[in-house]
Amino acid sequence: MAVAVPTSDSAPAEPAGEILPATSKHAGGGGFRSHLGSLLFLAPGAVWLLLIVVYPLIATVIRSLFDASGQNFIALGNYKSIFSTTEIIVALKNNVVWVVLFPFLVTFFGLVFAVLTERIRWSTAFKTIVFMPLVFSATAAGLTWASIFFIDPHTGMVNAAIQGTANAINPPGLYPIDPASGQTVSGLAATGVQPGPSGSLESKTAVSPGSTVQLGLIAIAPTILQANGAAPAVAPTASPGAITGLVWRDFSPTHPLVRGQVFPDEDGIPGLQLALLNGSGSSVAKATTAKNGTFTFANPGSGNYHVQITANNFSAGFNGIFFLGTQTLTPTSSLSPTLQAIFSLPIVDIAMIIAYLWIWAGFAMVVIGAGLAALNREVLEAAQIDGASEWQTLRRVTVPMLAPVLVVVFVTMLINVLKIFDIILNMPAPSSQSGAATLAVNMYDDFSTATGQGLAAALAVVLFVLVIPAMLFNLKRIRG
Amino acid sequence: MSVQAASLPVAAHPKKPGFRVRPSRIVVNVVLAAIAIFWLVPTIGIAIISLRPNSSFEQSGWWTVLTAPAQLTFSNYQQLFSAGFKAGGVLDSLTTSIAITVPVTILVTVISSLTAYSLVFGRWRGRTLVFLLIVAMLVLPLQMALIPVASLYKVFDNTTGLQVFGSVIGAIIFHVAFGLPFGIFLMRNFYSGIPHDLLEAGRIDGAGEWTLFRKVVMPIGIPALASLAIFQFIWVWNDLLVALIFLSGNTHQTLTLFLYGQTRALSSNYWIISTGAMISIIIPLIVFFAFQRYFVRGVLAGAVK
Repeated sequence: MAVAVPTSDSAPAEPAGEILPATSKHAGGGGFRSHLGSLLFLAPGAVWLLLIVVYPLIATVIRSLFDASGQNFIALGNYKSIFSTTEIIVALKNNVVWVVLFPFLVTFFGLVFAVLTERIRWSTAFKTIVFMPLVFSATAAGLTWASIFFIDPHTGMVNAAIQGTANAINPPGLYPIDPASGQTVSGLAATGVQPGPSGSLESKTAVSPGSTVQLGLIAIAPTILQANGAAPAVAPTASPGAITGLVWRDFSPTHPLVRGQVFPDEDGIPGLQLALLNGSGSSVAKATTAKNGTFTFANPGSGNYHVQITANNFSAGFNGIFFLGTQTLTPTSSLSPTLQAIFSLPIVDIAMIIAYLWIWAGFAMVVIGAGLAALNREVLEAAQIDGASEWQTLRRVTVPMLAPVLVVVFVTMLINVLKIFDIILNMPAPSSQSGAATLAVNMYDDFSTATGQGLAAALAVVLFVLVIPAMLFNLKRIRG
Repeated sequence: MSVQAASLPVAAHPKKPGFRVRPSRIVVNVVLAAIAIFWLVPTIGIAIISLRPNSSFEQSGWWTVLTAPAQLTFSNYQQLFSAGFKAGGVLDSLTTSIAITVPVTILVTVISSLTAYSLVFGRWRGRTLVFLLIVAMLVLPLQMALIPVASLYKVFDNTTGLQVFGSVIGAIIFHVAFGLPFGIFLMRNFYSGIPHDLLEAGRIDGAGEWTLFRKVVMPIGIPALASLAIFQFIWVWNDLLVALIFLSGNTHQTLTLFLYGQTRALSSNYWIISTGAMISIIIPLIVFFAFQRYFVRGVLAGAVK
């Protein structure tokens, strides 16, 4: 069983065993009769490890001191090269983001889940559900979570949920404008219309009661008009005391170049919300266009008015957040490119950390749960009898007693994300891959290029050096 | 934490003395149910995407099956399977993954047992040192070995005319090496608990070491071997990096390579990704549900890797 991980009934006991054998115990009669025998047992593993782990370890360190061809000794040249690129800054930054956030979060969730599952009857089912993603490859999990975070609210679940909420609060207009594809509201103006304040349109000329106004728009797709139930446009008729008008699609397939004239094959624009603005620009009445595009402000009172097509008609609503991209969550736009690379926090890092938590929280939960089950219940009981609240007990008694297990989980996850690789190749959008790269990804990229072997070796050594503290921690723990 | 309990007398809850749970029990159940659903959603989502017609991915979310379950179909699976075992197809990838994972699992368990046996029951000097070296290797990044091993393979291939680099064999050799430290660590800790007297009795009766290993130690070690085998199986099955390096240029890909190859394409390919991902997790899932106990133990012991 694991060294410092206390066992529990959920992980049936194996022979406990001392960590290091007391050699005196079988210095007498015990053990192999010959050294040869014991070395034969040792040989396959030893040879394998020497050839594929130990020798390469040394060879990689040496290789990192030679140039791309491997012929010329350049001392620390490769290290100088890798540390003078922006790629290394981006990779180190991303590694730091992972290392700072992930081990802490996964340990926290593991602890919370382990503590909470002790209070429910269906804890086995819960543990199974949370533990199951551990059998997913980071590749499959990354691709799965990529689909959850897709930008299109039609396919990406998170964006769909945000869109649902956003649309309930602020519904999109019937004629959404997509700035991303170069559309603008002012580009819709054709006849008698000019851009108004904050993305609205308004009549060019002032109108007074008893007269009519015709507002022609273009660049609205016939399919959208059809979907909104448009009927052929009808020229407005004047009505005493009222302002009447028409908003129509000022484009006739039979007279494609003529503007300002209502042809029989032109449709009204239905469902537009209009406001009547007085001389000081404030709205005094509201109206909505009919299927044939006509509208009426029945009794505005005398004066000069402008008819406004309000901005909400063109609001595109929520179109999705690019979770799989590298736009930064920290404000860095005013910084130099190098500082930007250091201080930017790509949104995809957070998305990937969520996906990775989904994989690993079950691991943390099970290891911490085993530790929890092995705790001395009498101490917890005593704390409660002494009047400690549940939160105090957790905070002051349980967590300190669990500290060794929490540290094991933390360090294990720390090592894991130092080497993080698979999920970064699979989850970010292809265009965002380089901005999400880590040391292990850079190492693979260098390895794959013909002239990158020396650099790749240097990066491997950097990874190795970063892991050494964890290595010492394990050794210390096991020698205990 | 949502479990701020009101102070009730402890005596009211004699069964669970550690916690005064009742006031917060409903809250805890609701919170954990929400978490459980959250944890299930990605798996359910990818499963449903793989069961929808491939054209519908970009048109509507998978959750629309809740209102229109009739759209579910096996057509994606049929389409992927129809390519048969042709190199580069999903079935060929499944076979390749098996061809790597099974030998690695067997080799790691057998060799780890042998080495651990020698470390525990052997009498040679330096056993402690070797064990500590193995502990140190537990967290060694495998990146440290990629470059020299790749050149080693290439040199071997050039002198013998065989092909190890770019073949399943090369990947197996590498995986075994990086599976051994954990395997030896786990088996050694397990064997340490076996009383030496048990072996001593056998020795007096004239049993050789091989017999003792086969007939005494191996049978006792089966639970640990099972944990190790399952842990190793899933570890290797899910590997991407080693496959990327040592199967490069090979037309036979592992499932992770197959999936990785698809990401480069457009999202219109997502039906292949979702179906391939489902195929890639089916075997680990079966292993997981069949041997959950052993897997949990392997993971507990693996809290160092």
